[in-house]
Amino acid sequence: MNSNEVWTYIEIQNGKIADVSLELLGKAQDLAKKLSVKCGAILLGTNPQNHYKNIFEHGADIIYSAEHFALENYTSLPFTKVVCDIIEEYQPQIVLYGATVNGRDLAPRIASKLKVGLTADCTELQIGDYEKKKKGEVKKYENILYQIRPAFGGNIIATIVSPNHRPQMATVRPGVMKINKTDKTNSGKVVNIQANISEELILSEIIKTIQIEKSVNLNSASIIVAGGVGVGSKDNFEKLHELAKTLGGVVGASRAAVDAGYINSDHQIGQTGITVQPKLYIAVGISGQIQHIAGMSNSNRIIAINTDKDAPIFQIANYRIVGDLNKVVPQLIETFKKLKK
Amino acid sequence: MSYKIIVLVKQVPDTKNITVDAMKPDGTVNRSALPTIFNPEDLNALEEALKIKDKYGAKITALTMGPPNASEVLRKSLFYGVDDVILLSDRKFAAADTLATSYALSLAIKKIGEFDLIIGGTQAIDGDTAQVGPQTAEKLHINQITFVDKIQKLSDREIVANRTTDYGYETVKAKLPILLTITAEANTPRPFSVKKTLTYKNAISLIEKHDYDEEYLQSNNPNKPFIITTWNHEDIGAEIEQCGLNGSPTQVKQIENIVLEVGESKEIDNSEDGFKLLISELFSEHIIG
Ligand SMILES: Cc1cc2nc3c(=O)[nH]c(=O)nc-3n(C[C@H](O)[C@H](O)[C@H](O)COP(=O)(O)OP(=O)(O)OC[C@H]3O[C@@H](n4cnc5c(N)ncnc54)[C@H](O)[C@@H]3O)c2cc1C
Repeated sequence: MNSNEVWTYIEIQNGKIADVSLELLGKAQDLAKKLSVKCGAILLGTNPQNHYKNIFEHGADIIYSAEHFALENYTSLPFTKVVCDIIEEYQPQIVLYGATVNGRDLAPRIASKLKVGLTADCTELQIGDYEKKKKGEVKKYENILYQIRPAFGGNIIATIVSPNHRPQMATVRPGVMKINKTDKTNSGKVVNIQANISEELILSEIIKTIQIEKSVNLNSASIIVAGGVGVGSKDNFEKLHELAKTLGGVVGASRAAVDAGYINSDHQIGQTGITVQPKLYIAVGISGQIQHIAGMSNSNRIIAINTDKDAPIFQIANYRIVGDLNKVVPQLIETFKKLKK
Repeated sequence: MSYKIIVLVKQVPDTKNITVDAMKPDGTVNRSALPTIFNPEDLNALEEALKIKDKYGAKITALTMGPPNASEVLRKSLFYGVDDVILLSDRKFAAADTLATSYALSLAIKKIGEFDLIIGGTQAIDGDTAQVGPQTAEKLHINQITFVDKIQKLSDREIVANRTTDYGYETVKAKLPILLTITAEANTPRPFSVKKTLTYKNAISLIEKHDYDEEYLQSNNPNKPFIITTWNHEDIGAEIEQCGLNGSPTQVKQIENIVLEVGESKEIDNSEDGFKLLISELFSEHIIG
């Protein structure tokens, strides 16, 4: 059955829907509207019904739900098999996956099995037309998925299309898309799928899972004070912690600051770190290389503090402070405390 | 028990210095315009294989797909201590996306024959997709563990490995044969072996430019260079429609330089007054408070 729908693969982490799946549902809903088709969700697990309400409220019209004991924990082969079966049966035109560890394990296997395209780590998804010139002829495609991503170390932005293959598939990193407002009244249809998993696909067993508490939750912070190499030392990062505390925010960092050992990698923002969109981002002693900017340029307001007036970070800053962070940061703390009273 | 291991390695452009000038109009990279390096995580993959060889014994074959000069990563693999190397090279493979790449790699692996483990880096720094490993495993109908940062146990039937997850890590027990992708955290690659470097420094693929004459290369002269096994699409029985650009569902529609944009922007005077104005504005707009 060719449903032509736009689907999101719903990832369950520790019994909960991963945030990125909800972010993608919002995007899928927008794309589905553009294409005048339904927005679907694929859900695999041992108690899928626990999540239906949440999925509908985030925009799905249909849930394809598969329940099986072998789907309790994510392992590659059973999940690949079941998702491929559902896709082949209902033929969506687009499937989106979170670029989580498991999403990046699963999506490429599915693409390989179905022989379709897959674009990793998209930062934007759009619908548009595409023309392909081949041997003097122009072939036109309408309503294709534009899969937009940074490429080659983040130095350029590429728009990728897979015009001849369905479904078109993409992964998107957590934090890149925004969760749409929930609609408590939205509900839809559940299609129960008979999961067909033979014994020889059960080859992996998860014998232990260890949760390591991250030292900071950057994704949910509304104020981030991020430090770079300019901060100069681990001790000097204290100033940033103090500013963050004063403002009610958390501390982030550039990769170079993490590499220098000023702070642990949980705090890294950017292309190979976390993508954030806080209300306020204060970049302190960060030059603003493209790979850093990739993770924070969608912040609502950006303040940059840098001694170098030509630092690239100033090109995206709403407020530019040219000066020595060692003087500026304490003064900002002072000023805030004074005005707060 | 001695293991048969295939390590997937890749030569990559050094992505730190890429500009739009290095891109061809069709959106593929003009690799010849860029300095190249051994993909960093593939060195971690190679190191894991060498550790297994040290501990249990193994025959390691390094496999790469790329242009003739990708032989460089195979020479280096020999310097590190792999036992055999294979270069998969053909103009027909050019401009392959991850699907077409995994197709060619999987056929080459089938031609190599039996294996217990296939080990690759988690991702290459040019594409950053982390897709080729899983896609190759799927084409070979074998299991996989991705994002491995520690192999805990290995026996003739089973592997136990730790895998990074989004919230910590998990320990996975799985049967062999299997494909693993290794992260940068797994190990610190060893230096080249001096002895092997001397032995293999002249190793060449016959499709590379060279000045040796045929007769010398065919001879039994103990000083002659090590010849890197080189396969084209026919050698691995690949269908042309599934190779390179033809076999790639994804196409690059457009490449753009990154344009930095900002809404309103103002310079804040580096003075008490300047900071007062800034903080008051943020208060009044409820950005802080
Ligand atoms: C594939 C790839 C992925 C990457 N991923 C990331 C990523 O995810 N995140 C990331 O951040 N980077 C990433 N990078 C690295 C990135 O290219 C930069 O190297 C890094 O962001 C630079 O960090 P920085 O701005 O702290 O350091 P620098 O570039 O060294 O800048 C330090 C800045 O501090 C300023 N400064 C010095 N002293 C003072 C002072 N007293 N007061 C005020 N300012 C001062 C200087 O003027 C300078 O602008 C990646 C690179 C590659 C190739």
